[in-house]
Amino acid sequence: MANLRLIARLDIKGPNLIKGIQLEGVRVVGDPQTFARRYYQQGADEILYMDAVASLYNRDTLTNIVRRTAEEVFVPITVGGGLRSVDDVRDMLRAGADKVAINSAATLRPELISEVAERFGSQCMVLQIDAKRSGPGRWEVYRDCGREHTDLDVVEWARRGQELGAGEILLTSVDREGTRKGFDWELVKAVNDAVTIPVIASGGMGTFDHLPEVVEKGGADAVAIAYMLHYDKLTLPAIREKSLARNLPVRKL
Amino acid sequence: MTTKVTIVDFGAGNLLSVARAFRHCGATVELAETAEQVTRADRLVLPGVGAFADSMTGVQSRGLIEPLKAYAATGRPFLGVCVGMQMLFDGSEEFGHHPGLGLVPGMVRRIPATGTDGRPVKVPHIGWNQLITDHWGQGLLAGLSDPASVYFVHSFAGQPDDRADILAECAYGGHRVLAAVRRGNLIGCQFHPEKSGETGLTMIRNFLVL
Repeated sequence: MANLRLIARLDIKGPNLIKGIQLEGVRVVGDPQTFARRYYQQGADEILYMDAVASLYNRDTLTNIVRRTAEEVFVPITVGGGLRSVDDVRDMLRAGADKVAINSAATLRPELISEVAERFGSQCMVLQIDAKRSGPGRWEVYRDCGREHTDLDVVEWARRGQELGAGEILLTSVDREGTRKGFDWELVKAVNDAVTIPVIASGGMGTFDHLPEVVEKGGADAVAIAYMLHYDKLTLPAIREKSLARNLPVRKL
Repeated sequence: MTTKVTIVDFGAGNLLSVARAFRHCGATVELAETAEQVTRADRLVLPGVGAFADSMTGVQSRGLIEPLKAYAATGRPFLGVCVGMQMLFDGSEEFGHHPGLGLVPGMVRRIPATGTDGRPVKVPHIGWNQLITDHWGQGLLAGLSDPASVYFVHSFAGQPDDRADILAECAYGGHRVLAAVRRGNLIGCQFHPEKSGETGLTMIRNFLVL
């Protein structure tokens, strides 16, 4: 099987790496490129940049961060936040992104998923789903950084996204994001059972044990890690070593 | 005097990533869109992501099919990456049947969606996977040893007629899937060396001294 991917997630606001709580209150952590470089050197399988405010302001700052990062980081780079059109995607891929994550614009105009997949290939069209629990075994899709309802059911939307051509799903639990209480593995399992494309679990990792939980119970193909890395609670080499000891299929460096 | 590498520009999505990785490894990169540029290359790279037929159309519409074949016949180093590797084969069964460059005997076929244990396997094959090979420490794999993982994104894979053309494989769903091919001066990587961290950069440096 393909290895379990350990993805360093860097949320960006303007020129800064930030860490949010439930996608809302934020703290500045540092310079994103410095952190991305360090994670690459430490063996991150991928880098994920999410622009927290790109849907609100201009995107030049993010494009520049991506361009500089691509010069020195030679693992896949995914960029999300505020991408609304095929042209936005093309610009980001030109800047050095390998994949784009799209949320809000796709919920408003689902055909964008197909347009991106047809133009650039499914492999670079990551459907970003920000999910909030709405009842037992039910989750609702939120857009604009978890601020706006969509009335879309997460599982149905994931299935639809796959049909439209999404190549992967980046699944963030808005409830767990920044709480360090662990991934919402039930959410991951519900989506993973509904699609055949890879599912990246995001939001809530606070200790190593949360990782085997979301992989073994939820079936995650990849995990996005932010807080633990940014605050040096556990380094990527340590996570990799513990994963191997636990027989999780991470790549051996 | 830096080593010059010519990367074929037919609109492939990974063109700039491949170029960045080669520059990072100290090469001077020329992007080639014309037959003339391909013909006078010392060291040629054919990138590619996306659909096989679209990529062949991109190559054909620039009049590069015959120049690429002629270049291959010179014996100078030729590296195909991802779909650029698949195009080396006789053809692909992706969305019908499409002819390739015919430089490596064999076909490109879909990765089995059922594992050897009968369970479903996720296709596309996305992520890092470990190389399986008897050719560690030499040629493209100089300086590398078991275990080494590289980054894959693909739904189809080449199946060479001659097993001697296989440079490396990986295991996916219990099946052996072609990871790299080598036939004389032709090398192809199904994975993305430009996105495979230090392992991939090592291969790129190796290609520059082949």
